[in-house]
Amino acid sequence: MKTLTGSVLLATALLFAHASAAKSVAITGATVHTAGSAGTVENATIVITDGNVTAVGAGIAAPDGSREIDASGKIITPGLITPFGQIGLVEVNAEENTVDFIQRGNQFSASFDPADAYNPRSSLIATNRIEGITHAVIAPLPREPDVLGNQSRVFSGLASVVSLTDEDYIVERGAAFVANLGETGGQIAAGSRGAAFMILRAALDDARDYARNVQAYEQGSRRRYSLSRSDLVALQALLDGSKPLLVRVHRASDIATAIGLAAEYDLDLIVLGGVEAWMVADELAAAGASVILDSLANLPGSFDQLNARLDAASVLSQAGVRFAIGGDGASQNHNARNITQAAGIAVANGLSWDEALRALTLAPAEMYGVADRIGSLEAGKRADLVIWNDDPLELTSYPEQVYIGGEAIPMESRQTLLRDRYLKAGSGKPPAYR
Amino acid sequence: MKRIMILAAVCMTLAACDRGNDANGNGSRDNDVPTAYASQYRPLPSGVTLLRGATILTGTGERLEGADVLIRNGKIAEVGMGISAEGADVVDAGGMWVTPGIIDVHSHLGVYPAPAVLAHGDGNEMTSPNTAEVWAEHSVWPQDPGFVTALAGGVTTLQILPGSANLFGGRSVTVKNVPGRSVQEMKFPGAPYGLKMACGENPKRVYGFGKGVAPSTRMGNVAGYRKAWIAAEDYRNKIKKADNGEGDAPMRDLQLETLVGVLEGEILVHNHCYRADEMAVMIDVAREFGYRIAAFHHAAEAYKVPDLLAENDICAAVWADWWGFKMEAYDGIRENAALVAKAGACAIVHSDDERGIQRLNQETAKIVGAAARVDISIAPEQAIQWITLNPARSLGIADAVGSLEAGKMADVAVWDRDPFSVYARVKRVYIDGALAFDRDDPSANPVTDFSLGTTAMTGGAK
Repeated sequence: MKTLTGSVLLATALLFAHASAAKSVAITGATVHTAGSAGTVENATIVITDGNVTAVGAGIAAPDGSREIDASGKIITPGLITPFGQIGLVEVNAEENTVDFIQRGNQFSASFDPADAYNPRSSLIATNRIEGITHAVIAPLPREPDVLGNQSRVFSGLASVVSLTDEDYIVERGAAFVANLGETGGQIAAGSRGAAFMILRAALDDARDYARNVQAYEQGSRRRYSLSRSDLVALQALLDGSKPLLVRVHRASDIATAIGLAAEYDLDLIVLGGVEAWMVADELAAAGASVILDSLANLPGSFDQLNARLDAASVLSQAGVRFAIGGDGASQNHNARNITQAAGIAVANGLSWDEALRALTLAPAEMYGVADRIGSLEAGKRADLVIWNDDPLELTSYPEQVYIGGEAIPMESRQTLLRDRYLKAGSGKPPAYR
Repeated sequence: MKRIMILAAVCMTLAACDRGNDANGNGSRDNDVPTAYASQYRPLPSGVTLLRGATILTGTGERLEGADVLIRNGKIAEVGMGISAEGADVVDAGGMWVTPGIIDVHSHLGVYPAPAVLAHGDGNEMTSPNTAEVWAEHSVWPQDPGFVTALAGGVTTLQILPGSANLFGGRSVTVKNVPGRSVQEMKFPGAPYGLKMACGENPKRVYGFGKGVAPSTRMGNVAGYRKAWIAAEDYRNKIKKADNGEGDAPMRDLQLETLVGVLEGEILVHNHCYRADEMAVMIDVAREFGYRIAAFHHAAEAYKVPDLLAENDICAAVWADWWGFKMEAYDGIRENAALVAKAGACAIVHSDDERGIQRLNQETAKIVGAAARVDISIAPEQAIQWITLNPARSLGIADAVGSLEAGKMADVAVWDRDPFSVYARVKRVYIDGALAFDRDDPSANPVTDFSLGTTAMTGGAK
């Protein structure tokens, strides 16, 4: 009986929420960095209706009957996008039982889709969401062979774009194919980074051949392919140009080879990591390729990264290469929130502030083909935005309120609960009673 | 903290720390150990320098506006207003901020250097849970390019520790961040050694799960510490008896020698320990055997027991916000160091990371920002102590470095603005009064042998 009453109450609350959502909200008075064509607008009004932005600009009157939120003196940006990671696919890295992003084995590689494992209630989500991250790209990765000897493959699988909300969280399933080149690819390919390229080519050739001979394949009268049926089917979206190929690679010569391969098969290319991408910036720009940059790399962490430099973002920007910031070990997943710090450091090393914001918002949205919905504050897009107390790239700034799909999200996480418990003065009882 | 400072004073010269004065060449103990491995550090050439008109965070908790720092003979000569000095190289530091050189209490530069190839994995002697006999200084590769990038982040002193695979990882070494051909050319003169100990997941994973030997549990960890301390007590007693003419001295044992150094208060314990409950256990163990813990490192849950840390004069060395990469780090919060400081305990921000060491100022700023959200106000002059004076104290070198006070080594960082801004960059670094790094003159900055021919030469290390 108790449960039933609870359910009824909950249902009523949801109905009420939907009824009120039809009303518009007007956020007024802030400096709005749209990351879109309107650039920065002072004293702007943002009108939100049904979870979407319906107007942004100065001198816009709040619609009749709308609820007004005064954000005078505040700074508003689009919600930030962490451009590559595993949020919702991991709780504790060292505990493999809590990890759901690893690709191993032959049955699913290019087609491996970890989005089905996504947990919208992961503790990582609230922790990052209250710091301004509204969207994440979640992607599979390789690891060492497991105890049964299952090995990771050159293709890790599909990356998806998710919204850090409790429901309707998939923005774009299978937004890119993830493949491993360079040092990692060479190890997976049993000895040479060259073999990793050959495996990629063989896969693409097989997928193309499969598409032309589906019937023969199904009847068992076609030669053996290097990939499973599910992979061959999935890869059609790569070959027809509807999804990009994301390659994990640092060395300039490997990136150049990847650009050549993309041209040969007419693929849309995203470079992840890209520590030496600045050395082939002009080639990347000419090919229309994008980079998700590990912008803090300035050490020769491997022989793939001998020419790391801290102003790489600035170099890519000057060459006209589209790039996002993040996707490195330190500012993905648990601390995806630190992409603002990385962007600030890029600004300190020559990148313009506007380009830095773009690298956290519109640029990744464009790379993954979701810029029609997210990534900037423009009429027609989802109302994903952050109200900041100050410069969002500054270390001491913080979001006062985050909105996803027009809804104010609770500004609470497991970490704020821990903090508040231990901030409370001792009541004579153990903390567990606080 | 006072007791640590007194210890430091006693041990500031290696001679004062030398216990080996009993054996008169009977072969059981070696009187030449300290001199055989003595620092060969020589400061770079320096002149008289006057930094004029800066905002100065002294490291003693003060902030001076429009003030000057005079450096002479490698030392801080004077800090204050309107200083003049004949023949000094005057640096107009108007608009800039001056702080003590940054000190990282937890680094693996040189023992886990870049590039991270297998051959460079010299930080964990993962062959026994007790390797108190190894010394990190015998692994340090001075050509690690990470030393130079750390220098560009204002780091002038760092403690290089063995890793955390073992209950007793071995001796640490504290170095000045100057290029050397050998570790001894970098070694901080007179700094006491540290002993790396590790709680929790790592030892039991490496041995219990990895090798099927003890320890495989946290209780196994603690039994391992106690067993080792009992052996050290026995070793010390035998030596004392031999000194009194009662029997032969035992054969020298490097492992026990290091542990006895801790019991004698000459070697400082730096204890990797994440969880609050485990810190409490380690305090019990220290009480049983009468040794002190200088700092808990990676103390993700220090904010749960700041009173215990304050009572026992133990520093908490923490990251700003690392969490969740392993179970014992699951409760890490950004406000950790702030809550430790608020309770009157000693807070340190450390790196344990070749990237983090380049921006300990920024890591500190994130904590300050998080604390402000819950109305804990931490002034820059207080926050700077977390990466200068407090680590100096825990390393037993606070009478030599960690603050800008007359008579201390002139280890100084000059910033182009408030160092707690994300946009701040180091303009200059002085070590013992010598200009060791100059942002405006890349050609004058160090380049390791490994980095020759790479972008590190043309500004990559910026």
